[in-house]
Amino acid sequence: MAKFTKKGGKEMAPISTASLPDIIFMLLFFFMVTTTMREATLLVSITPPKATEVQKLEKKSLVSYIFIGPPLKKQLGTDSRIQLADQFGEVKDIAEFIEKERNSHDEADRKLLTTSLKVNKLTKMGVVTDVKQELRRVGAFKINYSTAKGKDR
Amino acid sequence: MARKVSEINAGSMADIAFLLLIFFLVTTTMDTDTGIIRKLPPPPPEDVEPPKVNKRNTFKVLVNKNDRLLVNGKPGSVDQLRQQVKDFLGNPNIKSPVSPENMPEKRDEPANIQLLGGDVYISKGIISLKNDRGTSYDMYIQVQNELAAGIRELRDELSQKYFGLKFGQLIDNDKIKAIKKAIPVAISEAEPENIGGN
Repeated sequence: MAKFTKKGGKEMAPISTASLPDIIFMLLFFFMVTTTMREATLLVSITPPKATEVQKLEKKSLVSYIFIGPPLKKQLGTDSRIQLADQFGEVKDIAEFIEKERNSHDEADRKLLTTSLKVNKLTKMGVVTDVKQELRRVGAFKINYSTAKGKDR
Repeated sequence: MARKVSEINAGSMADIAFLLLIFFLVTTTMDTDTGIIRKLPPPPPEDVEPPKVNKRNTFKVLVNKNDRLLVNGKPGSVDQLRQQVKDFLGNPNIKSPVSPENMPEKRDEPANIQLLGGDVYISKGIISLKNDRGTSYDMYIQVQNELAAGIRELRDELSQKYFGLKFGQLIDNDKIKAIKKAIPVAISEAEPENIGGN
């Protein structure tokens, strides 16, 4: 049996960990570059509907969001409210909101501005229609109905 | 002569990097925004009458406040909508100026699209979508989705026939433009009306 017992033998050389920081830094930079910080804190609950014919939204910096859904705070009721940036708004506030978004971009980019409607799926179309009419009035024609990819039936 | 500076211990560098890494891992949201992209029409000028559209050229979809569908005057369902759109807009013979009686007319002037073999008669068909204020957003998106799917499938078929690829797989910009021209997204949303109350 002595054949199988180890006799001290050669000692394994320890693996050098000197390159570990480099590897970690590489990962770190990857995540730093891909990270987008959430800009607005949600005040309304959004469960997007699902659809199969979705397209990706490109150039996130050119997208402004309008959230519509029931408020997260139960005291405010269950009716769908509109959230612009990080506060509740009304339909009449949209013109000012869009104007502000336009002014914060270069003239060349203004045509490419997209408004993304993030709407809870239980919301009634009435408020969405009002928002759409207002967007038409102020000339923000490019819109995107935010949906998750998938099928729910 | 200056004293020899002892080397800084870099052993904890990895720990610091790890800390930062974990911070970014936690704050990262990788979700890409997806959605159905649409273009709203400019507000209609007040003194101009809306263009007259022949009845056989419109495909009417109404959604009421109970999320029920009325398709061309008959009750419909979301599952059948896609096929109905395809039957309506699909031209059995894209190069012929005549269509069957019950199908939408084609434009009088053929569009000359070289990539699709010369003259192409484009369908005059328009899908008209009207919803109630009480319709749920989910239903509205389902309907929009099916309408978009119908058009996408038609484009896929045309693209497959001429280029051997699906529309989504086309890379050549000219080919994409040709297909888009032959089968436009003709979805019109009616001016909102309050039919069934909230």
